[in-house]
Amino acid sequence: MDIIKTNNLTKNFDDLTAVDTISFSVKKGEIFGFLGPNGAGKTTTIKMLTTLLHPTKGSAEVAGFDIIGARDKVRRNIGVVFQEPALDIELTGRENLEYHARMYGLSRDKRKTRIEDVLNLVDLEDKKNVLVKNYSGGMKRRLEIARGLMHYPTVLFLDEPTLGLDAQTRRAIWNYIGKMNKEEGTTIFLTTHYMDEADFLCDRIGIIDHGSILVIDSVTNLKNSVGNDVITLSCSDMVKLVKRLEEESWISNIEQHDSFVTLGVEKGEEKIPVIIEIAQSLNIRIKSISVRKPTLDDVFLHFTGRTMRDQEATNTTRSAPPRFHGRMR
Amino acid sequence: MKSVEFQAIYIMWLRQMKRFVRSKSRLVSSIVKPLFFLFIIGSGFRVATFEGVDDYLSFLAPGIIAMAILFSSMFTGISVLWDKQFGFLQEVLVAPVSRFSIIIGRTLGGATVALIQGFIILLIALGLGVKISGVFGLLLTFVFMILIAFTAVGFGLVLASKMEDFQGFQLIMNLLIMPLLFLSSAFFPVTANPTMKTISSFNPLFYRVDGLRGSLIIDTATVNPPLLDLLVVLVVCIIMMGLGSYFFSKSEV
Ligand SMILES: Nc1ncnc2c1ncn2[C@@H]1O[C@H](COP(=O)(O)OP(=O)(O)OP(=O)(O)O)[C@@H](O)[C@H]1O
Ligand SMILES: [Mg+2]
Repeated sequence: MDIIKTNNLTKNFDDLTAVDTISFSVKKGEIFGFLGPNGAGKTTTIKMLTTLLHPTKGSAEVAGFDIIGARDKVRRNIGVVFQEPALDIELTGRENLEYHARMYGLSRDKRKTRIEDVLNLVDLEDKKNVLVKNYSGGMKRRLEIARGLMHYPTVLFLDEPTLGLDAQTRRAIWNYIGKMNKEEGTTIFLTTHYMDEADFLCDRIGIIDHGSILVIDSVTNLKNSVGNDVITLSCSDMVKLVKRLEEESWISNIEQHDSFVTLGVEKGEEKIPVIIEIAQSLNIRIKSISVRKPTLDDVFLHFTGRTMRDQEATNTTRSAPPRFHGRMR
Repeated sequence: MKSVEFQAIYIMWLRQMKRFVRSKSRLVSSIVKPLFFLFIIGSGFRVATFEGVDDYLSFLAPGIIAMAILFSSMFTGISVLWDKQFGFLQEVLVAPVSRFSIIIGRTLGGATVALIQGFIILLIALGLGVKISGVFGLLLTFVFMILIAFTAVGFGLVLASKMEDFQGFQLIMNLLIMPLLFLSSAFFPVTANPTMKTISSFNPLFYRVDGLRGSLIIDTATVNPPLLDLLVVLVVCIIMMGLGSYFFSKSEV
């Protein structure tokens, strides 16, 4: 069953098309990831799906309800953790949770037990009576995640849940997210520009850039589309070598980058000697060569033609005025 | 109405109260500032004589009360901007409660805070020997205070939804609210000068101050009978609250 379904969803800001006629669906119970560089349109999509922004065109359904026509019903079924912090810093952690619970209509008993539960889940039990303005960034993030899952949402939206957190906290949050998904059956829609995060958490991934979805598939399928193994090499004459390798049918795809070439192949270890031989016959000197399993970086590279970092650099110059982000990167 | 809507109203109210009590600086300045006005303007103008004003302090006190409530409530409305900047507004706007309940809760919270401040000033004014009228007058005063608070919260909400930052707010305060306040008879009567009197009749603040004065103070020269002021104030209040909630309900983040 599709729990999120969008149909040509579009959002324009003046003359900038932040989200460009995207159509996709998310199945009930899965962890779906939106992967894309800065300014790709991830947050804008989430804001439309969570009824905070009006789409310019198109429509979408969340938990079976239209995001424009049945906003209240959508709101009742979702939990959201925004990219920028959305806490009242003049209140304590417990008060933030308490207020949330009341707004979502939890009964008094339920409130009490649930607040305890989620505070334990994110390890904030001993900080619950401290004003949020005295929390660290990671503690605030954990509190927000706790709040997002308090009211048993059908769908939980997480906009870059681990942005700016240390490695240990990221791991912990990944574990919570996984646990939520398994134990409470919550469907999770998350955005990230961390490949490892998407890889670790997501069942399926959509790669989004410049407001459009380039590809949607399961993580395994995406990786397989690049080849079973990836060989990365650099050499003295890349153009010549690439031209020659294009004749070889056992290479499923070849991509040439500024200082290296990647090849998608089967049984990579056995192909290395073959490639070296070919290079030698052309009098090309191989500087380095390695073989590894494909990662989402390769997938991203394959579909966008650039690495995430390159992409972010160009997007930052593209997207007009730099926007204020509350959280440190 | 469903109980979750009441919860939302209660939460929004409680939040305003907690923030007010915890913000010591706001607590102090919201009381000290009006007192400052009361004493400085009070002692400065006491030597001047205005036509129809025997006891200047009794004349001034309602003006200062109105001013305190006005500023405090406008601040509550405008503080939606803070929530926008600190992101908390998003949390409020995705909650499954009507935006109307959120507005009501916030307005009630702001109004409660403003009324507490108004009453503290009223008590101090009483201590200074301001002559007030009877029980009915006090009840009417109370009604005026509530209406002033609601109207100002509504106006603050309108401003907050039309502005991106606080600079605009400063501009509105200095170029709109302060002149209107001076032309509202809060500090001195406007009846002496015919042009001023004409201008005042288009000044919504004038009716609030005039009505508050007429109901609170005994034997004072007001321009309109308090009930006429009440009518005008009520109509403006309904319009402002309507506009405020309309703009708020349209807000996107
Ligand atoms: N309120 C707005 N007004 C104008 N432009 C906006 C607004 N919000 C977003 N944009 C623009 O829309 C584009 C997409 O922004 P969005 O925030 O959706 O990106 P994102 O994928 O979430 O990026 P990031 O990884 O940096 O969070 C950007 O170019 C941004 O500048
Ligand atoms: Mg974003």
